[in-house]
Order: sequence, then structure tokens, then C-alpha cells
Amino acid sequence: MKTTCPECEAEITLAANAEVNEIIVCPDCGVDLEITSLDPATLELAPMEEEDWGE
Amino acid sequence: MNGRLRIGVLFSRVRVEEKWIFAALESRGIDYDRLDDRKIQFNLDDPSPWRQYDAILERSISYTAGLNALRILNAWGIPTVNTARVSETCGDKLATSAALASAGLPQPETHIAFSPEAAIETIERMGYPVVLKPVVGSWGRLLAKINDRDAAEAVLEHKDMLGSVQHSVYYIQEYIRKPGRDIRAFVAGDRTVTAIYRRSEHWITNTARGGEGEMCPITPELDELCVRAAQAVGGGVLAVDVLEHPDRGYLINEINHTMEFHSLMPTTGVDIPGMIVDYTAEVARGKVSVL
Repeated sequence: MKTTCPECEAEITLAANAEVNEIIVCPDCGVDLEITSLDPATLELAPMEEEDWGE
Repeated sequence: MNGRLRIGVLFSRVRVEEKWIFAALESRGIDYDRLDDRKIQFNLDDPSPWRQYDAILERSISYTAGLNALRILNAWGIPTVNTARVSETCGDKLATSAALASAGLPQPETHIAFSPEAAIETIERMGYPVVLKPVVGSWGRLLAKINDRDAAEAVLEHKDMLGSVQHSVYYIQEYIRKPGRDIRAFVAGDRTVTAIYRRSEHWITNTARGGEGEMCPITPELDELCVRAAQAVGGGVLAVDVLEHPDRGYLINEINHTMEFHSLMPTTGVDIPGMIVDYTAEVARGKVSVL
């Protein structure tokens, strides 16, 4: 499952156990990406951290 | 309850914790749906789409989305882990402190003011250092250790300018000279299941800020304190953070209702997601009453 980073266009291979809505980090530019689909593999920039985020 | 359970898992993003929870649901053969809090919608006159669930497990990163979803679900009588009441209390440090005070549980000395002027008066009276915390917020975000009046004035001015109304609640605590660590204990129902020390050279020992975990023995005293703290905020599956005061012993620092456990689980080897799922299944079967 290969795709490209929407920020820097680096080629990214998703892990075999990747899940939709999982957040990954682009190994080239370091931006947070959200997996939006597995087949075909698509990535979007992950939402920025909000003030009320947490556990 | 007949036949198979159906659980809804409300989430904002799939962290490793959610992956482990999904795997635990699948390994138990429990039917479940993944409910993205950015996509869900409620019609208050029509609970039927939600009544298919025997229980909802709330794992939102967004406190606001999670809390408000729980309010609606609980109003419809749909059991949730945890409940809206628990979320309301745990997601707001002032509400947590009030609940702990009401239950007579030990916590850091805490003062509240609603204006920068009243806050500086309070801080001067308490003496330095103090810790200023936003009432809503997590992962150690925007915590300020204030060592002198200059720092107090600067931080209070900045908070005044931040704009969000929640920053006009000044939540001020004594600074605890803890031994380079705090304790995170995981409570499920009426039992402290496991605990770790979170060690850090930084005064903020949150593992989200790089604190490292190691096993913490659960003494009867720690168990009783953590269970009482969990019950004080309404009970459920909760992470209780405990500070060790050099003179006063254990103090409850905060309680987390949508806990992360990516350092707790590898450190302790305890199957936290399995326990969360088992507790949720008990709630779904009506064996544990939460509403």
C-alpha cells in the first residue's frame, strides 16, 4: 500500500496493520498524516491539536 | 439481554490504544462499530440509530465532542463508559478538585480565582513556587510553574489575553516537591488493576511529555485511595494520577476518563484494553449499572 505525502510528496508505504483514521508521521518532512483509506491508500494532513484534546 | 452484544466505540483518531481496543473486541467476538466523532450526528427526537448499541465506549480525544455525545446518549438511557457525569468531572480540574474535596480525599492545596488581580493576591498569599493549570486541558499542556512575582504577572497577563473564557478561571496549586516521579493507577470498577511510576527529570512527569514508566507496587493504601478517588468522580474505568508529598504522602492530582495506556501496558504487561472491553461488556449486559 503505497501513497505519497500530501505535504512533501515523499513516497510512503503503509504498514501491513495500518488502520483508517490512524495517524502516521511522514518519514521525510515529519508532518502528521491521517490515513483516510487503505485501498487505495490515501493520506490527509492530520487535524491540528485543539485546546480541549487529551485523555 | 439476548444474544450478541453490540458496542459503539466513539473515537477522534485511531491511536495505538484504539487499535488495541478494537483487537480486544474482535478477539472476544463482540460486534462493534467505529464511530468517528467528526462524522456522527444526533437528532434528539430520534434515538433509534443509537439504540442498536448495548453500550458506547467513549474514546474521543476531543473533550467537548466526547462529553456532549455522552450527555445525549445518557439522556436517552444508553449506557456509556464512562458516563457524562464522570466526563464532566474528570475533564475539568476544578470539578475534579471539588469532587475530591467533597469526598474528603487528599489533594494538593488548590486555590481558585476569577480575575488576574484576585489570582495574583492568592499566589502572593500562597508563596512561591505555585503551579497554574488550565481547568480544561491535558498532556501537560499550558501548565505553568511560577517561581516569583515577575513570572506570575507575565503568565497572568498572557492568560488574560488568550481569549478563551476558560482561561479566566485561575486554578492555582501548591508546587509539590515530588521525588522525580508520579504514579498513574488504572482503576476498573472497584479495583486498582495496575500502576506505574512515571519518572522524569522535568517537573511535568506526564508520559505525553516524555516521562518514562516503571512498575509501581499497589499497596492496600494506594488501592483504597485510588478506588475512592475513582468513585468520587462517579466510577468506571479511570486513570488516577497520584503525587507523593514528602510530608503528607499520597495526593490525588487528577483523574482521566479517556486514558491513554501506551506506556502503562508495555511496562506492566497488564491487558488494559481487554479490561476496558470486559468492563464495557459488563455495562452492556447490565451487570454493572452506570446510569
